[in-house]
Amino acid sequence: MAQRPSPLRLTGYALAQVALAVPTMLAATLVAAGGATALLVVGIPILLLGLPLLRWIADRHRAMAAEILAHPVPADRLPDDDLPLLRRLGTWGRDPMTWRELAWAFLSASVGLAVALVVVALMVCVVTLVLWWFATPQLMRLRAVVDARLLSRGSHELLEERVQVLTETRAETVEDSAAELRRIERDLHDGAQARLVALQMNLGLARDLMDTDPVAARDLLAEASTTTGAALGDIRDVVRGIHPPVLADRGLVGAVQALALDLAVPVTVTGDLSDRPSAPVETAAYFAVLECLANVTKHADAEHAWVELARRDDLLVVVVGDDGRGGADPAGGTGLRGVARRLAALDGSVRVSSPTGGPTLVTLEVPCESSSPRTTPSSGTG
Amino acid sequence: MRVVLAEDNALLRDGLTRILLAHDFTILHSVDNAPDLAVALADPDAEAAVLDVRLPPTLTDEGLRAAIACRSARPGFPVVVLSQWVEHLYARELLADGGGGIGYLLKDRVGDIREFVDAVRRVAGGGTVLDAEVVSAIMARPRARAVDRLSEREREVLGLMAEGRSNAAIAAQLFITPKAVDKHANSIFTKLDLPVAPDDNRRVLAVLAWLEV
Repeated sequence: MAQRPSPLRLTGYALAQVALAVPTMLAATLVAAGGATALLVVGIPILLLGLPLLRWIADRHRAMAAEILAHPVPADRLPDDDLPLLRRLGTWGRDPMTWRELAWAFLSASVGLAVALVVVALMVCVVTLVLWWFATPQLMRLRAVVDARLLSRGSHELLEERVQVLTETRAETVEDSAAELRRIERDLHDGAQARLVALQMNLGLARDLMDTDPVAARDLLAEASTTTGAALGDIRDVVRGIHPPVLADRGLVGAVQALALDLAVPVTVTGDLSDRPSAPVETAAYFAVLECLANVTKHADAEHAWVELARRDDLLVVVVGDDGRGGADPAGGTGLRGVARRLAALDGSVRVSSPTGGPTLVTLEVPCESSSPRTTPSSGTG
Repeated sequence: MRVVLAEDNALLRDGLTRILLAHDFTILHSVDNAPDLAVALADPDAEAAVLDVRLPPTLTDEGLRAAIACRSARPGFPVVVLSQWVEHLYARELLADGGGGIGYLLKDRVGDIREFVDAVRRVAGGGTVLDAEVVSAIMARPRARAVDRLSEREREVLGLMAEGRSNAAIAAQLFITPKAVDKHANSIFTKLDLPVAPDDNRRVLAVLAWLEV
């Protein structure tokens, strides 16, 4: 556990909270007033002023609460990057976190302010220094717990969301694996199995002809040999589609290197994963890279492509890039959507950046400890 | 010729043993796992090895690693590596020392006994034999596709040369005379700006180096 801030430092926080009380009230008032008049257009600029201020102040309090409680207090806002200003405003309005921040602002500027003032007062009145020393951590902790509770979603909400995600991805995973089994069954049925039937017929015919027409029998045996080769080829293809042997031998980096060797576009593979991710993560990442590189050779018109593999803490990060013409639409092709679905089952994600003219960068992220559920730790004692 | 044989599947090991014995090879050691293989390869009496890529204990690429380790201790020691599937990457690793005396073949090829025995003999003689499947992957790459200076026939000859076939074998495969093969080979070497190699083995290595295997 990280070291707790000293009473002196906590009093610094209290001072900051006192100083932020008036801006908090101001921001909350602006947001309330702007919100009420937003339909009359006049509210929009007020909101554009008030909301960022409120968010900034809330973030400062989140940081302080995180420091005091020694665990993260995430904002969990809806993503609003790269959106035009008005759409961003719409996102903010739909974001439940905005409403929580507004409610928090009123509490913070009243009860919260009182707590912070008590802490500061205890230190300033020199006679209460002993009391200050012992009470400050308790008081500030109380305030931090309340702040964290209001400014971050509770464990119950997180669990509900998690269950939702798991239900969706589980349904997709079951569907995908059923489809995969059907495909394998079909491949074996149309490929190796059919060839083995032909092989058996050839061998039976050859046995019957052995005495009467040895020349024809020999031809049939030669044909049987060719058929055997083709059947083995089919089985190899099926095996590669399930789990490429080189992936078992060499891990993800080696397998991607082997993959890159046979592509029409030169591919540079860099990375070191000395600590191998679990087999399901490796397999999913391998097939994701395979799909991305297939897209590069098919659509990108690229001179050169690269794959970077790295492990950042408990996250496997793979970047597949090319210097092609860009303009790849992640929603357009079924390939990338399939990749996203397969990775989602492991709590992984796919991001695509592909401006017209290139370069295209596909970033794949998969948590490595996929067997343990990934929920943000709930606020410990709160 | 005294060979070391490593194959963990008993049926295949018996089959390989029978084929090799029937063609005047002596099985010096026959092993079914990587630790025993390391011991067997250290035997100074061994003249060549026929190895399965995947061997116990980990059933990954022990055979390949053993081949590479053995050749760093005994440069040029002839090794034929057999596998249920072939990887361009593994061919590159096997050929990296540039010494020749390497065979890398699909197990399917053992079915054509004459061809297989011939491949082992050529490898034992310092030759290089690559599986047709590896070569077709190599020939599909930009480097090989860049050879638009070559005629269709010359590209076929180049592919077969990369597999390590002799002029006579290439001639038989393409239904042309050995003399015609020689002509194509010379033309390929001139067009690719390769130095004329003194013998078949050097020629294969030069072609593979040019293809950046």
